[in-house]
Amino acid sequence: MANSTDAGDRVRARLELISRLDPTLNSFITVTSDAAIKTADALARDERDLGPLAGMIIAHKDIFCTRDVLTTCGSRMLANFVAPYDATVVSRCRTAGLISLGKTNMDEFAMGSSTETSFYGPTRNPWNPELSPGGSSGGSAVAVAAGLVTAATASDTGGSIRQPAALCGVTGFKPTYGRVSRHGMVAYASSLDQGGVISTNVRDAALLIDCFAGPDKLDSTCDPAPRQSLITQLDAGIQDLTIGIPQGLLRDLRQDCAESFAAALRGLESLGAKLRDVELPNLAYGVPTYQVLACAEASANLARYDGIRYGHSCQNPKSLIDLVERSRTEGFGAEVKRRILLGTYTLAMGYYEAFYQEAQRVRRLIRDDFAKVFLSTDVIATPTTPTPAFAIGAMVRDPVAMYNQNFYTVWANLAGLPALSIPAPQVQALPYGLQFQAPRNQDARLARLGHAAQIAFDWHLAHPDLDLVHAWQPPSITSGESS
Amino acid sequence: MNWETVIGLEVHVQLATESKLFSGASTAFGAAPNTQACALDLGLPGTLPVLNARAVLLAIRFGLAVGAEIARETSFDRKHYFYPDLPKGYQISQLAQPIVGTGTLSVAMPDGLDRDITIVRAHLEEDAGKSLHEDFHGMTSLDLNRAGAPLLEIVTAPDLRSPADAGACLRAIHRLVRYLQISDANMEEGSLRCDANVSVRPAGQSALGERVEIKNLNSFRFMERALAHEVERHVTVLENGGSIDRETRLYDPERDETRPTRTKEQLDDYRYFADPDLLPLQIEDVLLDEIRADLPEALADRTLRYRRELGLTDSTISYLLDDPAAMEYFDAVVAYGGKPVQAAHWIMGDLAAVLRRRGISINQAPMDPRCLAELIRHVESGALSGKQAKIVFNDLSNGANNVADVITKRGLRQLHDNETLTTLVADTIARHSEQVAQYQAGKKKVFGFFVGQIMKATGGNANPRLVNELLRAHLHAE
Repeated sequence: MANSTDAGDRVRARLELISRLDPTLNSFITVTSDAAIKTADALARDERDLGPLAGMIIAHKDIFCTRDVLTTCGSRMLANFVAPYDATVVSRCRTAGLISLGKTNMDEFAMGSSTETSFYGPTRNPWNPELSPGGSSGGSAVAVAAGLVTAATASDTGGSIRQPAALCGVTGFKPTYGRVSRHGMVAYASSLDQGGVISTNVRDAALLIDCFAGPDKLDSTCDPAPRQSLITQLDAGIQDLTIGIPQGLLRDLRQDCAESFAAALRGLESLGAKLRDVELPNLAYGVPTYQVLACAEASANLARYDGIRYGHSCQNPKSLIDLVERSRTEGFGAEVKRRILLGTYTLAMGYYEAFYQEAQRVRRLIRDDFAKVFLSTDVIATPTTPTPAFAIGAMVRDPVAMYNQNFYTVWANLAGLPALSIPAPQVQALPYGLQFQAPRNQDARLARLGHAAQIAFDWHLAHPDLDLVHAWQPPSITSGESS
Repeated sequence: MNWETVIGLEVHVQLATESKLFSGASTAFGAAPNTQACALDLGLPGTLPVLNARAVLLAIRFGLAVGAEIARETSFDRKHYFYPDLPKGYQISQLAQPIVGTGTLSVAMPDGLDRDITIVRAHLEEDAGKSLHEDFHGMTSLDLNRAGAPLLEIVTAPDLRSPADAGACLRAIHRLVRYLQISDANMEEGSLRCDANVSVRPAGQSALGERVEIKNLNSFRFMERALAHEVERHVTVLENGGSIDRETRLYDPERDETRPTRTKEQLDDYRYFADPDLLPLQIEDVLLDEIRADLPEALADRTLRYRRELGLTDSTISYLLDDPAAMEYFDAVVAYGGKPVQAAHWIMGDLAAVLRRRGISINQAPMDPRCLAELIRHVESGALSGKQAKIVFNDLSNGANNVADVITKRGLRQLHDNETLTTLVADTIARHSEQVAQYQAGKKKVFGFFVGQIMKATGGNANPRLVNELLRAHLHAE
């Protein structure tokens, strides 16, 4: 539990750590040191009992609007944008006494799986700074993995919480779609986006989600049913749980990754869970289904960025068309443009039925696959990612390979299910993740399962060597030109 | 060649809600630019729409009034295009599941007959802001106060056969939405806007000709002129062997012509898809029953009642139905015992003049309906003459509290006591036997002499009708 009285000291220590390590890691876009110290000092003097989260040090992914502090979404388009309001997630964290150190780096507009598309440069994996931390919530995952913050908020549209959590050796929780208000969370794909947490353990994630999840009138897709607590049943154990494994979808898994996954499953069995093989035939089409729908919604959600009312605006526009075209050309990076073009195409007259409508149908089939399987299992388990962390730059030129990073994670977004990634046994001395998915609104079941694993096993307790991070130098670039 | 004109209307009505369709910002008319556009209306990142329940109720009200099927499940779609006054780059509208289905509107046509026009559908959508091209040199200014305002788009079938038909139809819609109190429907303020689709075809042909959409029709008169001009243009082009391009044209009232909007190379592709920020809305029977119970008397029924039971003329009925506040006032006066024809007469005449002069609405009238009813009853019973009633009305307009007070203060009493007058008439006749003889000999003009005598004797306060009756009775009895 966080102790409030020493909040000021702890904040200062973390800020010191950030200044030491973040020049290499680049996990923060904006560090709000003054505000954090002020909050911490005020908290230390506050006599009220604000609850178990008071004084916990966090960061917010730069996709959440924060009043009076830049919200850039990792994009040049919003490099100058200061929202006049707080996202619901942010304001609820404030009320609970959480201290934010700033806004974390992310793939531009949450589109990416490596935090390489950010306008602010890539974030580096603390386990090996030549490697990507995954994305789009790479900044949040790294800030937690490197101990810069205790936990961080993040968002997940196709795996953007779970995949970076897995590649950085930390815990990532994406709640059921509709449990966390999207008010103030800049939209990428509205029917897929969901806010969640990256933390070092399931218990902290449960506390944080309990804090900011729940009904919000400002988001029509936020479930109005009263909050269910994740923390209450956390220690109930997993003897009663049946875990389904879709072996058919794991056939191409690399040998060492398969071994890590198998070892993790054996561990869960030893805790009393029962395993069974299940079939989810339509999940093989998850990635293209996700890409079509996400790009379509993104093309609509990003139509508002035109340089007229806020955000990046080009110099000396010659006409309305010039203003809009140049502002958007200058403001967006290549991946964002790619997805807007794809999305526009799939919604276009003559293509809508073949792409968008078809993807909606497959989405329904995927949901139905899960519904059928959940009749006889409580949870589905898979690895979180196909492989551990990959090198920065390795997949930037191969978008499809990058999209396939999300093979195991897109399903939860398509079906609106809660999903949790916890560290599994390492692969080649690098973190590797174990993912669980449960039926809608069974978030507490996932928390209970993940927590039981973390009590029994120590996979999540491994930490990167921060001295190595501090000492790391980027490879020197030899110039072929004579000066 | 005989050509048949085919016209359909798309009417946008701004619903009379306090706040916008998806945000809490105010919809009040006339505010300083950009003072009624909140974060959502500006399309700020992270903002989400929340549906205005009252807008839904008002839309359902319209649907029930035209006998349309109300959707059991209604949903919203995004309609995409880039324009500065559309902050999100898309408009939230309804395509797949509009709230109101097909209904009928009874329209009094120019030929005097009532015809049923089919309302194909009506749906909810948010309004865009306003682009103003005159205020800044070389630039366009944007006022986003209107962005997000709730609109009901009412689409008619192409049932109209002339510009005059179209005018009648628009007037009927204008009257209905005001009568239902779902909109102010003020064309000057922009709370009623009309686009028209017009085409021509050879008389007798069933296939429709190519149609053109005319926008910017912001008065009844301009609409009819624009349509007449456009029909003429179509006929001229077709008779000269040319063809009509499907396009959108604007009406220029100064030149009295239509011209194409900026040329579009291809049809607009709005890339509609279901808005994922808004869940489909289920509409329960209970709600429909509630709204139905709250509907006013059907316009057609009221028209019949006014005509047959209250004896009002069609032009009076028109006046009242077009002015819901006046109609309410009128109903109240009648309820308090004022005779309908007289009530309408005062309301449309003297009262309207006072309101006009003072620039106030009938809701701020200086006398309430009960008062006016009393005045009317006094005239009916003969207690006041017409001339006296005007005096009383003036006093009431200038602060007098009630009829009785004025009568007392001014000593206005019309003599209508039968007994007193009978005696007076008898006396007068008795004293002027010469004139009696003249009258009976055939000099009818002498009658006026007797009336004058009695008026003099009563200081002008005798009830003329009664005096006439009594005089005749006495003179003929002699």
